[in-house]
Amino acid sequence: MSEIILQIDGKEVKAKEGMTVLEAAQSAGISIPTLCHHEKLEPYGGCRLCIVEVEVRGWTQLVVSCVYLAAKNLIVRTRSEKVDRIRKMILELLLAHAPDAFELQDLAKEYGADKDRFEKESSFCIHCGLCVRYCAEVKKKNAVGFVDRGTRKEISFIPGIASKECWNCKECFPLCPTEALQAAFVLTKALISSPPSSELVSVGIGKD
Amino acid sequence: MNKGRVDQIIEKHHGEASSLIQVLLEIQSEHHWLPKEALDRISEKLQVPLTRILYIATFYKAFSLVPKGRHEVHVCVGTACHVRGAPRILDTVQDLTGIKPGETDADLKFSLETVNCLGCCALGPVLEVNGKTYGNMGPSKTAEVLKNYE
Ligand code: SF4
Ligand code: FES
Ligand code: FES
Repeated sequence: MSEIILQIDGKEVKAKEGMTVLEAAQSAGISIPTLCHHEKLEPYGGCRLCIVEVEVRGWTQLVVSCVYLAAKNLIVRTRSEKVDRIRKMILELLLAHAPDAFELQDLAKEYGADKDRFEKESSFCIHCGLCVRYCAEVKKKNAVGFVDRGTRKEISFIPGIASKECWNCKECFPLCPTEALQAAFVLTKALISSPPSSELVSVGIGKD
Repeated sequence: MNKGRVDQIIEKHHGEASSLIQVLLEIQSEHHWLPKEALDRISEKLQVPLTRILYIATFYKAFSLVPKGRHEVHVCVGTACHVRGAPRILDTVQDLTGIKPGETDADLKFSLETVNCLGCCALGPVLEVNGKTYGNMGPSKTAEVLKNYE
């Protein structure tokens, strides 16, 4: 009962109940590009890059594989003209914010995305939420969160918590698909704008 | 805002995390803004991380993290009000109060915001002070209205 058989890219894949399409694909060695997915974190569905085509009873649908549950007899196509076109567009939009991110550049090559298609608006953060969610879910410190909304949404560290916790952790830095620049920068800003309550500020985050 | 009052409001909502927005709204309407001490207290009492509180407080325009004036002036600059002369109303308010949208004057008397349609276009141009709506505004009428607020 708890074993599900579905088809991904023409291959028969076994999955357990409750698994997402992304997890099922990964377990069968089929790779789907992701930006906001992290195995230690709850599914988020923020970046939409993991979009795939699924077919249920003859109907084709576009779904986000990291939050879509695997189901019996599901037919999944991880690449198609439409899927590739959507991924290309997502990448082009994200590259307007973080044009120098290696991870995005590699994906751009694969999907033929032009990083100069949209006017640059370098905010560096692509709102994947990895740093925010990692701090909350894994470290349970909640030192960094999002503030504001829409195009003005950005990450922000709580100075009082950051000055105590971050120096010995910084585990969110390497998670960032935009090369950690953003978190380091915002953390430094948060600590400098609040009166130093530890040596953190004078040590200087970002020097290393 | 004193700590006791914040606690009272939290108490009223049984200290439930799901009442976070209600608590914030009540403090906002009583105090006109959300001071850091109040947010720290809410975080502690409701067991909600400060990051979550700040996310919500910055998401909704109803909340302010900086002091606001005693009177909140909203000038509608929606399409209907715009064509009926909202820019002149806005200019008048700016001249009289000396502040621009998003600002508060030094005596904490007025705060000014623009809004995009208050849902009563037939009354345009519309001005709202502390939730009270004034319709068919002109520059001199605007001055009259603002005079009533101390
Ligand atoms: S700073 Fe980096 S890790 Fe954090 S949300 Fe933005 S892009 Fe994601
Ligand atoms: S990995 Fe699925 S939406 Fe980001
Ligand atoms: S445009 Fe002003 S009330 Fe609608």
